[in-house]
Amino acid sequence: MFVAKSETLPVRTEQDIVVVRQTVRKLAQKASFSLVDQTKIVTAASELARNTVVHGGGGSMQWEVIQDGGRTGLRLTFEDQGPGISNLEFAMMDGWTTGAGLGMGLSGSKRLVNEFEIFSEPNKGTRVTIARWK
Amino acid sequence: MAIVQSQIADILKKYEDDLVAEWVRELKASGSGKESRISETELFAQAKEFISLLQKAAQGDGQNTNGPEWRAITNFLSEVSKSRVMQGFASDETATFIFSFKKPLFARLRTEFGHDADALADETWLTTELLDKMGLLTVRAFQRAREEVINRQQEELLELSTPVVKLWSGILALPMIGTLDSARTQIVMESLLQSIVETGSETAIIDITGVPTVDTLVAQHLLKTVTAIRLMGADCIISGVRPQIAQTIVHLGVDLQGVTTKATLADALAIALKRSGFVITRDAVAKRS
Amino acid sequence: MDRIPILRMGEFLLVTIQVDMHDQLAVSLQDDLTAKIVKTGAKGVLIDISALEMVDSFIGRMIANISSMSSVLDAHTVVVGMQPAVAITLVELGLSLRGVTTALSVDRGMHLLRRAMGGEEAADVRGQE
Repeated sequence: MFVAKSETLPVRTEQDIVVVRQTVRKLAQKASFSLVDQTKIVTAASELARNTVVHGGGGSMQWEVIQDGGRTGLRLTFEDQGPGISNLEFAMMDGWTTGAGLGMGLSGSKRLVNEFEIFSEPNKGTRVTIARWK
Repeated sequence: MAIVQSQIADILKKYEDDLVAEWVRELKASGSGKESRISETELFAQAKEFISLLQKAAQGDGQNTNGPEWRAITNFLSEVSKSRVMQGFASDETATFIFSFKKPLFARLRTEFGHDADALADETWLTTELLDKMGLLTVRAFQRAREEVINRQQEELLELSTPVVKLWSGILALPMIGTLDSARTQIVMESLLQSIVETGSETAIIDITGVPTVDTLVAQHLLKTVTAIRLMGADCIISGVRPQIAQTIVHLGVDLQGVTTKATLADALAIALKRSGFVITRDAVAKRS
Repeated sequence: MDRIPILRMGEFLLVTIQVDMHDQLAVSLQDDLTAKIVKTGAKGVLIDISALEMVDSFIGRMIANISSMSSVLDAHTVVVGMQPAVAITLVELGLSLRGVTTALSVDRGMHLLRRAMGGEEAADVRGQE
């Protein structure tokens, strides 16, 4: 497997979340994802980008177009240096919410993608990597 | 080693025409052109191309076949494998394309190095190693091409086996036949939802008469489909619920969330028509005759 | 700052969401809509999302909120035109938006609203007798 193209975007403001959506949409279209698959990864990206802005105090997203034996995929990594998640297992459960009734959307996002990886520790920030293959 | 490498290239150049002719003869003898799936002209062309590409590649680093000089020939072999898949060959027949080249090539090696046993042994080893790598490459490319064909056929089969039918103005039916797995449900969901939008139908009847078992997973898939239909603004009825399925659903504690379920498609259609405001009357005259 | 326009059509309010909304815009829409319901005494709200290619949990919750809030203000809400890909994704995300009335098109949505409003008027009349 290798990375064909890659770039990093800032994810600090609400407007950045919109940019993330538009960027991921374009990338998914270029990789010839079906409309449903495009929507899934754009939505997952929107959820994670919002987490980064709202809960992580701002961070970045790196996108990578990946190739493996003929198939193309899109991998996104959201990273922040925020407070981190103290109980990951709990956070990944369905229906877990924090603060003003805003769900973390982590468990939901996981269902929208093929690969999902999360690293987070209190005061050490959070890093979520998702990938979707055509 | 470098000296030995460049000699392969020279040998290929020196005996090119003879090598091609003998190679094709070997191929035909082993049955490649037998059922005329591939013409002699095509075999000739492929043999010639291979030798010419091998000659160019061998001028570089012969040990590392992942290097840039080898890209042309590996691409060529991928294409040859792919066309063999399309022509209906087996994987070993495809690898034979490479391996039958050994005989004519080794014959030339003996001619060139016959006087020097060590050199002949070295050269033969290097050459056989190289051709083996090429052979394995064609097999791998063959398998990958074959898998692509199978995947594509599976998708087409899936689409064919889940047709969406218009029962009446505003009422669609989706007869499900066979097992409901995740991949199948996705495709089915998408095509049903798309039909709902295209026809503006407010009722969709999913008939599961042809679904052998309903376990928790199948029930989940069905529920997801129903929820999506409702989100779009249409309604869903599940028909074809056999007694065993009803029992399974209750035992599993599945919450159908108020979805109407009917034992037969006919019952479901009756309800759908009623909900849509249609009234069906029977002509007294027709009844008598 | 740009805001999503809210049109008035008789007793209805019509909102057509066509842009990729950032969170603040969504919150503003909630505020503007509730204010306008009160101001105009509208009894029905129709939200057209046929142009929305993505609805995430935030926007989904906003839609649910608008529906609840307008209900408290004695108005009915119908959300129309959800795209199939969006519906499939929302379900996978875990949002069912139960309690939100949906319709396939603006026409159907209006029909539903009129029926909902007409039913109440009939009930009021009966109550008075």
